[in-house]
Amino acid sequence: MNNGPVKGFAALKRMLWEENPVIGQILGICSALAVTNLVKNTLVMCLGLIFTLAMSCFTVSLMRNVIPRRVRMIIQVLIIAAYVIFIKIVLDAFLPEISNELGPYVGLIITNCIVMGRTEGYAMANKPVDSILDGIGAGIGYSLVLLPIAMIREPLGLGSFFGIQVIPADWTKWNMMVIAPSGFFALATYIWIVRAFKSGGEKR
Amino acid sequence: MDIQNVHPFIIFFAAITTNNILLTNFLGMCSFLAVSKDLKSSLGLGAAVIFVSTFTAPINWLVYHKLLVPYELEYLQYIAFIVVIAAFVQIIEMVIERVSTLLYLTLGIFLPLITVNCAILGCALFLVIRQYSFTQSIAYGLGAGTGWALAIAALAGIRARMEKKSKVIPELEGAGIALVITGIIAMAFIGFSGIVRIN
Repeated sequence: MNNGPVKGFAALKRMLWEENPVIGQILGICSALAVTNLVKNTLVMCLGLIFTLAMSCFTVSLMRNVIPRRVRMIIQVLIIAAYVIFIKIVLDAFLPEISNELGPYVGLIITNCIVMGRTEGYAMANKPVDSILDGIGAGIGYSLVLLPIAMIREPLGLGSFFGIQVIPADWTKWNMMVIAPSGFFALATYIWIVRAFKSGGEKR
Repeated sequence: MDIQNVHPFIIFFAAITTNNILLTNFLGMCSFLAVSKDLKSSLGLGAAVIFVSTFTAPINWLVYHKLLVPYELEYLQYIAFIVVIAAFVQIIEMVIERVSTLLYLTLGIFLPLITVNCAILGCALFLVIRQYSFTQSIAYGLGAGTGWALAIAALAGIRARMEKKSKVIPELEGAGIALVITGIIAMAFIGFSGIVRIN
């Protein structure tokens, strides 16, 4: 992947579609599968990831000239962990129920490969402003995958949307949609659709 | 049932089957999908994950309950856990390199991958959330690692066969079909539910 010449908003834009981290590089899907059975949780998770990505890319980029190469990984992880702790504290204070439901997955933003991938692959070699945009782009790209999946899984599985009952109560709930396997199937289908769309575009 | 009274063996068994860290908690997916193309590397990575999770789970338990809780530093748990894991992996890598070349060649190359494997960090976070005791955390670490290794070995075996014998829609090739297979394996594992129950 060529990270050299991409600057500014182009860095943000390519993350949304062309180099979408989830679809293109299959990164960060642990949480993509785990939280998508409720739209509300997914939204919180996405916002958390966008914040972490933007801030840690910014910080890593600011420090890129003083980080020794040998220990760069552990320093990046520590920077990321610091922001994740910040998110966890904010969530505990303002949205305790959601924080409880998300459980370990907030903490697992630390090992979300997208964050490490962007700090290592882009922020270490680029200016702070570009890195922020790149981080935000990757975060939004991630959200663009998670939110549609959650919007399908929650109504079908629980008959609700954003916690509000949208489908009449006599609807037979597809329990399948809230348990683990459907997460795999939903993501696979989503990847299939997007790739089919992309390759169709190339042929034409 | 009070979690403190659950026998460690039950936790070990549940961590492999009903609460499989990969198939029900979706942790460690990145390396799972990337490495499972090849059965041999899958087994190597699986062994490395079992090893690291078995040791880091009790170490993290000690760090959390003996260091962070007494000083009321629970909010630092993420940093503490990730540092413990990274340091452990680094030390083990150096030890293995000195002690056995053979072991280094089979396990060593996978160790750096493990620091950022969410299954290991997830293990540490779960044992805090579920309030395991020290022995239970050893059992959980061993079980979670074994469950993960089992899942990756299963997927790698299936993928190796599929490569030779079946045709996949081009758009679904690679990650897409791997996800579908994993979904089916996860459905099979649902068959275990109800045998043992830990939350």
